[in-house]
Amino acid sequence: MGILEVQNVNKSFGGLKALQNVNLDIEEGTIHAIIGPNGAGKSTLLNCFVGKLVPDTGTVMFDGKSLLGIKPHEINQAGVSRVFQTPEIFSDLTVAENVLIPCFAKRDGAFTLNALARVTGETDVREKAEQMLIDVNMQDKKDMLASSLSRGDKRRLEMAMCLSQDPKLLLLDEPTAGMARADTNNTIELLAQIQERRHITMAVIEHDMHVVFSLAQKISVLAQGTVIAEDLPEKIKGHPKVQEAYLGGAH
Amino acid sequence: MELSEFIAQIVNGLDKGSAYALIALGLSLIFGTLGVVNFAHGALFMIGAFCAVTLNRILTWSHVVIDETKTDFLGNPLKVNVPYVNDWFGVETGAAIIDWSVPLAIVFSIPVMILVGIIMERGLIKHFYKRPHADQILVTFGLAIVLQEIIKFFYGANPIPIGAPAAFAGSFDFGTMFGFDPNTIIYPYWRIIYFFFAALIIGAVFAFLQFTTFGMVVRAGMADRETVGLLGINIDKRFTLMFGIAAAVAGLAGVMYAPINAPNYHMGMDFLVLSFVVVVVGGMGSLPGAVAAGFLLGILESFASMDTVLQVIPGINQVVIYLVAIIVILTMPRGLMGRKGVMEE
Amino acid sequence: MFGLNKKDTRLMWIVITMVVFAPFILNPFPETSGMAQFNAGYPDLMQRFVIFGIFAIGFNILFGLTGYLSFGHAAFLGIGSYAAIWMMKLLTMNVIPAIIVSIVVAGLISLVIGWISLRRSGIYFSILTLCFAMMAYALAYSVLTPITGGETGLQPKLNDPRIFDAPLAAGASPKANLFGLQMGATYELKLGGWLFVINAGYYIAGLLMLAAFYLSIRIFRSPFGMMLRAVKSNQQRVNYTGLNSKPYTLAAFVISGMYAGLAGGLLVAMDTQAGAERMFWTASGEVVLMTILGGVGTLIGPVLGAGFIKYMENIVSKINSKVLHEWFAFLPDGMEDFLVAVFYPFVGKGWHLTLGLLFMMIVIFLPGGLMEGGQKIADKFRNKKKNDKDDSAQAAATPAE
Repeated sequence: MGILEVQNVNKSFGGLKALQNVNLDIEEGTIHAIIGPNGAGKSTLLNCFVGKLVPDTGTVMFDGKSLLGIKPHEINQAGVSRVFQTPEIFSDLTVAENVLIPCFAKRDGAFTLNALARVTGETDVREKAEQMLIDVNMQDKKDMLASSLSRGDKRRLEMAMCLSQDPKLLLLDEPTAGMARADTNNTIELLAQIQERRHITMAVIEHDMHVVFSLAQKISVLAQGTVIAEDLPEKIKGHPKVQEAYLGGAH
Repeated sequence: MELSEFIAQIVNGLDKGSAYALIALGLSLIFGTLGVVNFAHGALFMIGAFCAVTLNRILTWSHVVIDETKTDFLGNPLKVNVPYVNDWFGVETGAAIIDWSVPLAIVFSIPVMILVGIIMERGLIKHFYKRPHADQILVTFGLAIVLQEIIKFFYGANPIPIGAPAAFAGSFDFGTMFGFDPNTIIYPYWRIIYFFFAALIIGAVFAFLQFTTFGMVVRAGMADRETVGLLGINIDKRFTLMFGIAAAVAGLAGVMYAPINAPNYHMGMDFLVLSFVVVVVGGMGSLPGAVAAGFLLGILESFASMDTVLQVIPGINQVVIYLVAIIVILTMPRGLMGRKGVMEE
Repeated sequence: MFGLNKKDTRLMWIVITMVVFAPFILNPFPETSGMAQFNAGYPDLMQRFVIFGIFAIGFNILFGLTGYLSFGHAAFLGIGSYAAIWMMKLLTMNVIPAIIVSIVVAGLISLVIGWISLRRSGIYFSILTLCFAMMAYALAYSVLTPITGGETGLQPKLNDPRIFDAPLAAGASPKANLFGLQMGATYELKLGGWLFVINAGYYIAGLLMLAAFYLSIRIFRSPFGMMLRAVKSNQQRVNYTGLNSKPYTLAAFVISGMYAGLAGGLLVAMDTQAGAERMFWTASGEVVLMTILGGVGTLIGPVLGAGFIKYMENIVSKINSKVLHEWFAFLPDGMEDFLVAVFYPFVGKGWHLTLGLLFMMIVIFLPGGLMEGGQKIADKFRNKKKNDKDDSAQAAATPAE
């Protein structure tokens, strides 16, 4: 039984059927890649997991509980974190604060009126955030404003923010898009390390096949809103349906 | 409620609704084209009203003539102020010109207002396109204070009454036209004129946007500024002129409003808040929405002022607009007719 | 000290010093000199400095931290005023219940208005708060006249119940006090040509402002404050980080509403009257101006902004053509008249013109407000000093060659 179970999910926008009877099963402790051509419905599917969209029909079960109809912050508190396609960080805050906030959210829950506590006095949270920055190799940038970071660093920061919450499921939407080769390899290494060390389940949407085949233990292929294949990476490579979806049936 | 009373209230709401609609139309036009929230728009309305005052002062500019045939109560020859227009056009035409100073001010105010608008846009607003809405609100709010203080300095703090032409004095018994009893629906002539004038201006603005190339470019720019810019069309120049036109619309609303409410320096601020509410209720960036909401809220206000309503809900006339605005904002994310993607969170 | 870091402790001490010595600092000119009209060290104005300082500090907690621009905060000030005056009418002229109740009532009403208004954000939030404030204003003038006194407003009367106070002698007027110490109690200190006025009401209000300021520093430095800044920066990320942004913003709204209520209660404690004009939207606009003028999101900026605007209002508006003529009397007559004519529109009744222009200048050239301006000047100074040092170091090095 998987940690995330998606059954018969349908979603349409107006006349456009973005998702049709999508079934997905993500095993605990694995890295599961979701691939597919542009417009296949990958991001729509991810949005259904975090409460940004609500499917028309179907169920999304996480850890035995339904994720449908509950708010984004409740989904996160249940253990789902998401890295966005374009980094969603707190641009006006420092790098250190960016990581402190999810640490506080993890410890104190969705709302705490700790208006008289001092950030400087919360040593446990600060140590945790500091360690996280060391893990992603950003400790030397901790006093910089997040807006002044390079694009690659912004992504790493966002990943650090998500990881600092020890999520049960980490959703990554094209974590290496727009990165240079070296950065991509660093990210692959980082994700592999995290998976090995913390056994965090990950669902990755990715275009870069190098990333997909380096990381994924299982791959689902989405095309025109339906899952056309779900299998181990080596089997997906030669799958006729997949080649058809990507190459328009030239083979 | 009697049908005649019902109609009377609708008609009553039209003139205020017209003013709301005209100001809100200009506000929406500026917001839609330039993306600027203009808190100085009420001041433009006020400047329009003072255009009427100014023209009236110019026309009644006089010199003293000693009338030997008459004496004042001390037995001295009577001093009479004779306006220069009387000298130039003769006494009768002169008097008629002064009498018609408000309609004449329309002609006078259009170039003045367009100029004021263009100066405002080139001198100040254009530097704020890329700044956050809060900054735009604040700087135009500062400008509104400055404009109203300048007017106060030159014209004083007291309202300056200006009459409509004598031909439009008095009221029109609407009811008898439709077979109601006399004096059930009466309405001052000037307010009827104000409504038709507003309708004409609104129609003209829409026709201009709909049927001219200029209007087409502006509409395209409102929908997608970047793409229009990429087509090699100089959208900025047209938007500047559009600001002038929006200023003229507010100014005309002010000119014609002068006989209804004696112009004073703070009338712009009084209308500004309500006009903003109107724009938001109509939907940010929607021109038909602004017009519809203007009339709607004007008429609602008039209904809420009825004795029968006030007996049931005391004080509702004071707050009805705000109450409706709150409900609309909470229940309709884009106002009555707002476009998708404009000022949404 | 005070649970603050070194920098904040220093800031706190600066503000404490400013408040304690304000009667002296603000009266730099001898009483009889021509410049005496620039003195601001009289009780009425000093009280306004600290009271509007509190109002602006509270507004900054909402606007500066969360970015939600309320255009109706004067409503809470007005509501606080009415609550305070009713305590003075019903219970006692002692200011303590008046101040406490004004904070509580303003807090409760801001909870309701905030809960509704925070359903939307951006300009819609601004318009919602504006609508509520205008409704409060209109109702205070019309339907609610039995509670608000309508156009005449409310004052404590001789025949009010005041159940905790001994009945007043006929002809005596009820005076606001703190356990018998009257707010109006003053001690005049004459030192040479200088006259310093030490006023009880000012110091009570000043003490509360210091408390309000201290609390605001603590909020800024707390995890709660950090979450509010996160909301301003990226609300989407806040929600996906497992934080519920609504109670955070609502808490900030209520806190700033309570600050406004405190300011309203203090206004009543000082002048024992309340009226609806305090709730008009321009009054809400004024606190926005104060905050922006001083520097949004900075700790001390709003206090400076409030002081600056109240000073302008009171001092510039008192300059009339006679005063201008006195200033330029040393010039030849024609020149004198010319300069008087140039300056006249900007002073006296025209001080709003100065305010409007100043305000535009600040938004155009100093979007960060006075604080940013000060920072820039300080930086320039520091750079210059550094350059001077470099120069002198070079100069010292040259002869050795």
